[in-house]
Amino acid sequence: MKLTQEEQDILNGKEGDTKAKILQTLVEFGDLFGADKLVPVTTSGHLVTSFGIGLLKPVYRTMDEIIAAGLKTPYPFTVDPRPIDYQNVKCGVLDKLIFSKIMYSKQKHYEEQLSKIGLKNKNAFTCTCYLDEVGNTPKYGDILSWAESSAVVYANSVLGARCNRNSGMLDIFGALIGKVPNFGLLTDEGRKANWIIEVKTSKLPEAQILGSAIGMKVMEDVPYVKGLDKFLGTELTDEVISYLKDFGAATASNGAVGLYHIENLTPEAKKFKEKIIHTDAKVYVIDDEELERVYKNYPVMWKNASAKPSLCFIGCPHLTFYQLNQWTEKIEENLKLSGKRKVCIRTVMTSAPDVVEKFKETENYLKLKKFGVNISSICPLMYTNNPIAGSKPIITNSNKLRTYSKARYYKDDDIVKIICGVK
Amino acid sequence: MKKVFKGRVICKGNYEGECVVSRQGLNTLATFQKSALMNKKKVIGSDQNNKDVYGKNLTGIALILPQTIGSTTGGLVIQTICQMGINPAALLFSEEIDSLAASGVILAKNWENSNIIAIDKLGSDILTEIKTGDKIKVSEDGTVEIL
Repeated sequence: MKLTQEEQDILNGKEGDTKAKILQTLVEFGDLFGADKLVPVTTSGHLVTSFGIGLLKPVYRTMDEIIAAGLKTPYPFTVDPRPIDYQNVKCGVLDKLIFSKIMYSKQKHYEEQLSKIGLKNKNAFTCTCYLDEVGNTPKYGDILSWAESSAVVYANSVLGARCNRNSGMLDIFGALIGKVPNFGLLTDEGRKANWIIEVKTSKLPEAQILGSAIGMKVMEDVPYVKGLDKFLGTELTDEVISYLKDFGAATASNGAVGLYHIENLTPEAKKFKEKIIHTDAKVYVIDDEELERVYKNYPVMWKNASAKPSLCFIGCPHLTFYQLNQWTEKIEENLKLSGKRKVCIRTVMTSAPDVVEKFKETENYLKLKKFGVNISSICPLMYTNNPIAGSKPIITNSNKLRTYSKARYYKDDDIVKIICGVK
Repeated sequence: MKKVFKGRVICKGNYEGECVVSRQGLNTLATFQKSALMNKKKVIGSDQNNKDVYGKNLTGIALILPQTIGSTTGGLVIQTICQMGINPAALLFSEEIDSLAASGVILAKNWENSNIIAIDKLGSDILTEIKTGDKIKVSEDGTVEIL
């Protein structure tokens, strides 16, 4: 790629060996994909690596190097959720021992390192940094150095920002240098759809199964989804962005989607209409039968498939304020049906710290507490990495969590019945 | 005549030995995380959704795959398994390498002095013509052939 004199000087070590090595890594990365140049990052970063797992020695060593070189990001950044929250996700003595002393033994140290290079604040730990309450919300056309697959696909698709599916480490490198290689989803050409998805279902599909089906089919391509606006409408309301958040997370974890367009709804689909579709785009038709086929193919990884669930996680990615209220209503309705006062399976709902603070001001927060539901800002995925905690029969409505753990997936309407004891 | 596959060299090297073929996109985090987290001496594929690699040894072999998919921790996971010395000897991609795997091999090369071999654009036939357990030869000019 063509570099400016300033960039060339950095590569030559004018601003130190560490900065040179960081830029070298970004340039080699861009060169592999035919990037023509580096382009400036225009807003705050978001990092995927939030967890101080002892084994991630490359991360701590590199962070030490960055700190010693005096490098700091020009914009404060956010980071994925913390792995531990003993206050709201209770753990046994053995679980705690594994979490604190073995698995996440570097958590405190790592958070100190993050603070030194530009972490936004103590509430910056969430996978939904783009929500208004959190405030790391890119504008249309912003260039990002983000990782976290669900956040990248949301920023590209729903906000119209531009970001490649960067890996952990590359996210911080781009944020520190303030530049990223120009290729792929940063270019107009790279944002064109090469798949047309025709949704022909009888009702609004479960977001996480639809996303899963599309992700598995298109892998890292860009899908243009037709027929979903019939159910979602044409405006990005709180309800719609919540749906798209969950849909996108499933496309990115069950496949490698970094950008999708929803006809008549997402900004570039509205602006460019079908001009944003390649003429040779392939077609994938999704009907009720296809969704059921995908759903039935999810393996059950529990040792005893008929075991009683011991824990339910709702909120991977973290729930929006709208979803917290929606789940409160769903649980209230279903507890009335079952005649119970509290949920009968330990249930944890997860949401960004800033969203939880806002929710705590509402009556629904008191209701959820009364129903026995805990609210946390933990990363459920990090929780299930604990071999003891993760081997318990956990249920979830998250396709992402299902993919990375032994948790069993249920549709929203089924999981609420299970936790409320509705027969 | 033996078929020879020719791809683009990303990290060069020579290898002779067994391979494992993932005909579907390989989820890096789901595949490697369990063995890495448990500090195992070898990686046993742990992605329940990928029958091609689930339960198979992936350390020191040539891993043939279309691309990687899933979490953006992917590159960091590759860097970490290289730092731990439990990585596949070679990553052989039928398609163009994806951004996460690319990050991983570049991070491993620049920051861990890893000698993991990476070749992409080998063509989709490699996924069907080479089978798991086949002995293959990978050369630093980017060619792959069955022995």
